Amino acid sequence: MTTLSATAIGAEPIILPPNGLAASFRRIGALVKRYIYLLRSSGVRLVELIYWPFLQMLTWGFLQKYLAGTTSPLAQGAGVLIGSVLLWDILFRSKIGFSTTFIEEMWSRNLGNLLTSPLRAYELVAALSLWSVIRLGVSMVPVAICAYFIFGFNLLGLGLPLVAFFVVLVLTSWSLGLISAGVILRYGLGAEELAWSLAFVLLPLCCVYYPVSVLPDWLQVVALALPPTHVFEGMRSILVHNTFDPKELWWALSLNAVYLLAGYLTFSRFLASARVNGTLVQLGE
Amino acid sequence: MDKRVTSSAEAPAVAPVAVRDLTKTYGAVTAVDHISFTLAPASTVALLGGNGAGKTTTIAMLLGLVVPTSGEVRVFGADMSKERGSIAHRLNFQSPYVDLPARLTVRQNLTVYAGLYGIANGPERIAYVAEDLQIVPMLDRETGKLSAGQKTRVGLAKALLNAPELLLLDEPTASLDPDTADWIRRKLKDYARSRGATLLLASHNMTEVERLADRVILLDQGRILEDETPRALIETFGRKTLEEVFLDVVRGRAKQEAERPESEIAPARKAS
Repeated sequence: MTTLSATAIGAEPIILPPNGLAASFRRIGALVKRYIYLLRSSGVRLVELIYWPFLQMLTWGFLQKYLAGTTSPLAQGAGVLIGSVLLWDILFRSKIGFSTTFIEEMWSRNLGNLLTSPLRAYELVAALSLWSVIRLGVSMVPVAICAYFIFGFNLLGLGLPLVAFFVVLVLTSWSLGLISAGVILRYGLGAEELAWSLAFVLLPLCCVYYPVSVLPDWLQVVALALPPTHVFEGMRSILVHNTFDPKELWWALSLNAVYLLAGYLTFSRFLASARVNGTLVQLGE
Repeated sequence: MDKRVTSSAEAPAVAPVAVRDLTKTYGAVTAVDHISFTLAPASTVALLGGNGAGKTTTIAMLLGLVVPTSGEVRVFGADMSKERGSIAHRLNFQSPYVDLPARLTVRQNLTVYAGLYGIANGPERIAYVAEDLQIVPMLDRETGKLSAGQKTRVGLAKALLNAPELLLLDEPTASLDPDTADWIRRKLKDYARSRGATLLLASHNMTEVERLADRVILLDQGRILEDETPRALIETFGRKTLEEVFLDVVRGRAKQEAERPESEIAPARKAS
C-alpha cells in the first residue's frame, strides 16, 4: 500500500473558523452543492421536474383557449386559467422541492451524518429553501417559455407584481415545507404522504381558479388569512380589470412573516422532540 | 486569513469526553442508567455490551443526536445539548446505520463533507485520505454501487476528513470480511497513534476490542458493570478471553458467580 507521510503537502486539513456568517454560507453552499450533484446524477430527475408542470400548463392552456370562445367575460380574461396554473405551480413545486429534498436525506440515511457535522439546523433550512428556488427555476422557466410560444401567454406581462407574487408564493411554500419536514422528522417516513399532500389543503381555500367572493362568508375570512389568496386575487385583477392594489401584497407579505415564523418554530420544536425521542438514531433503520 | 491547522501537537486542554450521571429513558424503558466516565486524551476506549446495553444511545448522546433525560455530556468541555456547534468540527463519526448519499460519487460526497467541516484545502485533503485508505480507484464511482467493505472505507474517509481529535465509531467493522476488518483496525490504530486522537468505539467484536482498546467500559442494561483495561477485565471475570467475559455478561452470569469453581456452578445451572 502506498501511503503519504503525515507531513505531505495537503495532508493536514486546514479547518476554517466554524462560527460567523462566512462559515454559515460555506456550509449552506456545501449542502446546495450536494443537491446540484444529485440533480446532475440523473437525467430522469431533470425531466420529471419539467414534465408535470408542462402537462398542467398544456391542459389548462387548452381549456382556456376553449373558454375564450364562450361569452363569459371572466373566461375571456386573457390567460386567467393558465396564469393560475403557473402561479399555483410556483407554490406547489417550491413546496415539493423543499420537502422531497429533505426526505431525500432520510431515504439516503444521510441525516445522521449531516446532523453530527458542524451544520446548524437553520443552515439546513436555508440550504433547503435556496435549493427549492433553484429547482423551481429549472422547473418553471422552460414551462413559462412554452406557455408563451404555445398559447401566447406572457407571464412577464403581469409586470412588477409578478416579482411580489413569486416572493409571496415561495415564502408560503417554505412555511409548508418546514411543517412537513418537522412532522416527518418527528414521526418518520410514515408521514411522508404529508409532504405531497399538505399544499393541496390550500388549493380550494386559496381561490386559485375562482374569486374569493364565490366562497361562503365564513370561509372567505379563512381564505383571506392565507397569503396565496391575495396573489391569485391580484393576478385576476390585473388580467381581467387591468388594476392592482399593492396593499393586498403588503398584507400577504405580513401574513407570510407570521407563517414562516410559525413554520420554523414547528420545525425546531419537532427536531428538538426527535432528539428527545431518539428518532434521529432510528431514521436510517 | 484566520485559519486553524489541526495537528497532533495541539493537545486538547480538557478531557475529550466527560460524561456525568448520564441517563436516557424512553417512556418506561431505561436505555442508559446513570453512567459516568471520562476519556483521557489519546486513549482508545471500547463500549462493550450486548444488544440493548445502551452503547449506541450513549454514542448518540455524545454526538448530540439524542438529548439526555438527565446528566451531562461534555465534549472538549462543551455541553453537547447547547454548544455542539462550537466543537463539532473537532470530532467525527462512522456508523453502519448511516450512509453517504448513494447517487453521489465518492469524490462528490467527500467534497460536500469537506465543505461542511470547513476544510479549506478540501481537494488536497481528499486526495490524501483517499490515498491512505486506498479508495483512489473508487473516487469517481457512485457510492451506492460499492461493496460493503468499500463503503466502510469510504465512510471512514469521511470520518477522517477533518482529522478529528475525537473519533466515535459504532461497530466500525460490522459486516466486513476478516481481512478487511483487520485492515480497518490497523488503519484506526495508526490514525490514533499518529495524531494523538481519542477513539471511542462501540462493538460486539471482541477481537476488535482486544486489538484496539486500552480500556473497556462494559455496559449491561444501560449501566456500567466494569471499567477496566481488557486484561484486567478478563482477570476480574476469571476468564481467558474477552469473548468469554462478554458471554458471561450477556447471559446474566455475575462476576461473583464466574469467580466460583465450575463444579459449583454446573449443578445449580442444571437445576434451573
